[in-house]
Amino acid sequence: MAVSADADFKTRLQNWIPKLVLSPSLAMVLVFVYGFILFSVYLSFTDSRILPSFGWVGWENYDKLWRLSHWETSLINMGIFAGLYIVICTCIGLGLAIFLDQKIRGEGLLRPIYLYPMALSFIVTGTAWKWFLDPGIGLENVMHTWGWTSFEFDWIKNRDFAIYTVVLAAVWQTSGFVMAMFLAGLRGIDNEILRAAQMDGASNWNLYRRIIIPQLRPAFLSAFVILSHLAIKTFDLVIALTGGGPGRATELPATFMYSYTFTRNQMGIGAASATIMLMTIAAIMIPYLYAELREKR
Amino acid sequence: MSQTSQDTAIRTGRVTRTLIYLVLLLFALFYLLPLYVMLVNSVKPLEEITGGGMMNLPEVFTLEPWLQAWSSAQIGVEPTGLRPYFWNSIKMVVPAVIVSTILGALNGYVLTKWRFKYDTILFGLMLFACFIPFQIVLIPMARMLGLMGLAGTTWGLALVHVVYGIGFTTLYFRNYYAVFPTELIRAAQIDGAGFFQIFWRILLPSSGPIAVVSIIWQFTNIWNDFLFGASFADANSQPMTVALNNLVQSSTGVKEYNVHFAGAILAALPTLLVYIVAGRYFVRGLMAGSVKG
Repeated sequence: MAVSADADFKTRLQNWIPKLVLSPSLAMVLVFVYGFILFSVYLSFTDSRILPSFGWVGWENYDKLWRLSHWETSLINMGIFAGLYIVICTCIGLGLAIFLDQKIRGEGLLRPIYLYPMALSFIVTGTAWKWFLDPGIGLENVMHTWGWTSFEFDWIKNRDFAIYTVVLAAVWQTSGFVMAMFLAGLRGIDNEILRAAQMDGASNWNLYRRIIIPQLRPAFLSAFVILSHLAIKTFDLVIALTGGGPGRATELPATFMYSYTFTRNQMGIGAASATIMLMTIAAIMIPYLYAELREKR
Repeated sequence: MSQTSQDTAIRTGRVTRTLIYLVLLLFALFYLLPLYVMLVNSVKPLEEITGGGMMNLPEVFTLEPWLQAWSSAQIGVEPTGLRPYFWNSIKMVVPAVIVSTILGALNGYVLTKWRFKYDTILFGLMLFACFIPFQIVLIPMARMLGLMGLAGTTWGLALVHVVYGIGFTTLYFRNYYAVFPTELIRAAQIDGAGFFQIFWRILLPSSGPIAVVSIIWQFTNIWNDFLFGASFADANSQPMTVALNNLVQSSTGVKEYNVHFAGAILAALPTLLVYIVAGRYFVRGLMAGSVKG
């Protein structure tokens, strides 16, 4: 009797240990992620200013937020930035991957060169591009000393063009990563199908257009999801490259949230903008993660 | 990406191949350009840069900018250079990487070999936490760190990075252990091995590669973080990225571009070295975070 009771206790303990081991991580995630999300969403409905406060104001913060020209600017910038960033990264990434897939000599050397920016901090990237694009000392000045005196390149100081320098630096940082995603996809394609199509006289162009690129759909989807979530979270790069300026020309929702919450003491509005950012990312990530995790079963 | 083969059925002519090589080389130059700019300008006197020589190799070679960036440049109000902030980053990164990797390994083990109802949903909740815009947790996190007495400390930052890193570390170990033969575990269980014995004796000895992936990913991510450092650190606990930004953005005095470039390389050096030594594992981590399988 005693032995079987002991064994019973042991098996029950064995059943509980896994859950006990998982519980600290789970508790942390529940409190620090989901609890905090609820807290922030709640704050977005309160009159919080410099510190959290709990006076309920309904939709007032959202109302104010959508009437702020500052927020509108950051949304328009987000549209320009995210659109160009995703499209250019995808094109460069796919192009480089297809080129690298042609039995290229030196592929082992080129691939790490394309990818190393991913290992750098956005602050480093921002610093390097900030001074390289600076008309006073960077590219423009260099061209002048090289004799091309009419050369003008002041985008980073120009309200209408500064956002494109953010696109340039961001593309520089992540396009190599997108290349790696597409290259992995290309290498997974069955060559037998391609050979059969070649027998039938298909040109390279048609092979890519009709067989290869359609088969890369999962890579396109992953690239889109990863790039769009990176775009929405872009913060450090803008801080280091332009500081949101000139004026507000490169403000993005992430920098907007930061300045409203921590320097303008409008915590309620800051929380409302953060909530909108979260909802946007959730709309993209949740279906994606759901599909990925379900496939695994 | 080492497993990828170079076999392809596509055949290309000589002209096309020359064009392809040309494009590939041009892009290589594009990616190397900022690194070149940082390197050459960090070892020349300031006049050479302001005089329009940013793209030239240094006429006078000097390590002075590096020394200044490391130990005497003005960061905020103190002329300390980046050195103390470098150590802040180390003090934040090391515990955060170790703890999040250990937790990730245990979580991955439980989620694959001790499955229970709704475990996939729980994992999904952990994974989604990696992708949220962290702006949504900044305000309550600042309060929480204050309540815990960790506001403005490197320990507080380490805690933050553990919390928001376990999603990824769990993902790595979960995917890795998922293909580990479950029969071995069952056999060990029949022999009377317990939960921790199985983990310690059977899974851990073969976890080397994925542990490297996890450590490198966490190291790179945490070292490069700016948002948490800028939000939660005080002047004495700022990590390297925040200090570098302060150095570059400071509006007082002459802009010492050469010192800025040297500082940027100093901030990039640890992750760059890791990339050069173990880039393969870094890329594996990147890919696991995007394309599954």
